[in-house]
Amino acid sequence: MAIVYDKSKGLTDVELHFCPGCTHGTVHKLVAEVLVELDVLEKSVGVAPVGCSALSYDYFNCDMQQASHGRAPAVATGIKRVNPELVVWTYQGDGDLASIGTAEIIHVAHRGEKITTIFINNAIYGMTGGQMAPTTLIGQKTTTTQDGRTVEHSGKPLKMAEMLATIDGAKFVERVSVDTPTNIRKAKKAIRKAFELQLSGKGFGIVEVLSTCPTNWALTPRDSLQWLRDNMMPYYPLGNFRTPEEDE
Amino acid sequence: MSKVLMKGNEAIAEAAIRGGCKFFFGYPITPQNELPEYMSRELPKHGGVFLQAESEVAAINMVYGAAGAGGRVMTSSSSPGIALKQEGISYIAGANLPAVIVNIVRGGPGLGGIQPAQSDYNQVTRGGGDGDYKMPVFVPANLQEMVDIMMEAFDIADYYRNPVMVVGDGMIGQMMEPIEFKKPVPRELPVKDWITTGTKGERKPNIINSLFLEASDLENHNLEAQEKYAEMVKNETRVENYNMEKPELVLTAYGTTSRICKNVIAEFKKEGIEIGLIRPITVWPFPHKAFEDIPESAKGILVVEMSQGQMIDDVKIANNGRLPIGFHGRSGGMIPDPQDIILKVREMLGGVK
Amino acid sequence: MAKGKVTFNTDICKGCELCIDVCPVNIIVMDETMINVKGFHPATVNDMEKCIGCGNCAITCPDSVIKVERF
Repeated sequence: MAIVYDKSKGLTDVELHFCPGCTHGTVHKLVAEVLVELDVLEKSVGVAPVGCSALSYDYFNCDMQQASHGRAPAVATGIKRVNPELVVWTYQGDGDLASIGTAEIIHVAHRGEKITTIFINNAIYGMTGGQMAPTTLIGQKTTTTQDGRTVEHSGKPLKMAEMLATIDGAKFVERVSVDTPTNIRKAKKAIRKAFELQLSGKGFGIVEVLSTCPTNWALTPRDSLQWLRDNMMPYYPLGNFRTPEEDE
Repeated sequence: MSKVLMKGNEAIAEAAIRGGCKFFFGYPITPQNELPEYMSRELPKHGGVFLQAESEVAAINMVYGAAGAGGRVMTSSSSPGIALKQEGISYIAGANLPAVIVNIVRGGPGLGGIQPAQSDYNQVTRGGGDGDYKMPVFVPANLQEMVDIMMEAFDIADYYRNPVMVVGDGMIGQMMEPIEFKKPVPRELPVKDWITTGTKGERKPNIINSLFLEASDLENHNLEAQEKYAEMVKNETRVENYNMEKPELVLTAYGTTSRICKNVIAEFKKEGIEIGLIRPITVWPFPHKAFEDIPESAKGILVVEMSQGQMIDDVKIANNGRLPIGFHGRSGGMIPDPQDIILKVREMLGGVK
Repeated sequence: MAKGKVTFNTDICKGCELCIDVCPVNIIVMDETMINVKGFHPATVNDMEKCIGCGNCAITCPDSVIKVERF
């Protein structure tokens, strides 16, 4: 009997608290699997943000630090600068990274900090109950854009991958999605490449993952995936925006 | 050990390095700039890492990460910069992390000025961050005392697994004085088995965290911290009682201002009038006992600050209504003039002697 | 003859149904005959014989509920 798939050793036995069908869980699995497959779990330190994934310090089976809102990249910088042998990574939502933490994420890219960031873009604030995020789409209803977000009032959503790709120190920038098994496999490859970049010491790597929020989108988990395809993918095109020179 | 003439900010940095500091994260702000500049040049020579962050907010969070990873780490800033770091300091305290934070105070509020002041007293003693946290706050009056404290600060932080703040005013940061670097008495420090060094397959994951969603867990966390703070009150309170045998009046001031008060005391001595000085060296824990022990001879207490009056509240608490309390303060970077203090003393002594 | 075997950690399932759509042989359903400890109808396989052991369901499940083996 060959095992095709079993729960990753990179996850603890603490049950995930995420809402049913939330793809945070899917991405947690991918990060855990990559850390195990690269055999770096035991020298890895993850930094959890504030948001739905704040509690991820209980879910990953490695040393973790919990950072204040938006500051995970700075915390990770402190860790990596103390102990460059560690594989240091942040796992952040769009409120954490694209709103309060934009300076921090831009500057780890600016410094080419040798850390890896997994950025979950679900176009909304989940933990706090569905407010507008910088990635909320135009026309999308949230608890703070109850008639739908308008450009005139709060601008157009931020494309973080494209923005960060303009910074030299960001050597690997890719946007992926976890809405189908095929895309999940591709997302895992990208996450693996981002961590391999850190191991090669070439600079900063980030993977932006389009993700769902069934509860605050007020959709079923299955409809949420469809909503993501119909609405988020056109505005947030998947693909690679930066990869180290020799791969090009 | 020969003395060396150094500028305050640089002496602080050198003392920190000799105190075992290996990691510095900071951001430019007058009047403490020479400190990060010195660190950027010298720390790497000692196998350490200097990094200029994109903001004070980022800097204090780098300190959080570095401390959690086991590094002996510090940051320095000045008044508005320290205000930006308050959330980070609360997280560092909440996650039981050791770190040293230097504040070279400038005039405020807001952008304020760049001249020396003591108007951060409330910010540094009552904590600008959220929650019931405390940290030892040292207020040296000269560069030798500053250097001695800096060389000990990292051990104190590690001993209690707590942030430690060392406060100077712009004058202490900018002036030069001869100093020597004396090795402090080492402390018995606990092993850092809680740091994030990677499990190496040898232990369960370590987690650096200040989040406790379960209310009872958070309360227990706070109660444990209160025990730690009580121990600090017992062991770390420092004060200088100067000329306090039979004072007719007691001055109380810290840092640069206390040196001006000592000149005032010398003037009155010439007239045969004994004036005392209670000089807090820690403003948290505040030296309550020194005020309780004021001899019967004293008619009152004159609080002198480079602010509009902040330490005076703690003096009132310590005094507990026993003696009349007077105040003389300058702010915005103005330095108290001995003559003004002398007039105030005479006034409190009941007219000209 | 079944090529694969699928096992569910039913108590962890949140009934999100994401596994249903990704099964190429459509053998995953929500088990209406029971409710797990969380109060959900957990996912299950109604015709194990057809399973080809592709693992799509397990890969998709956000909560690592599903284990897939292949003979």
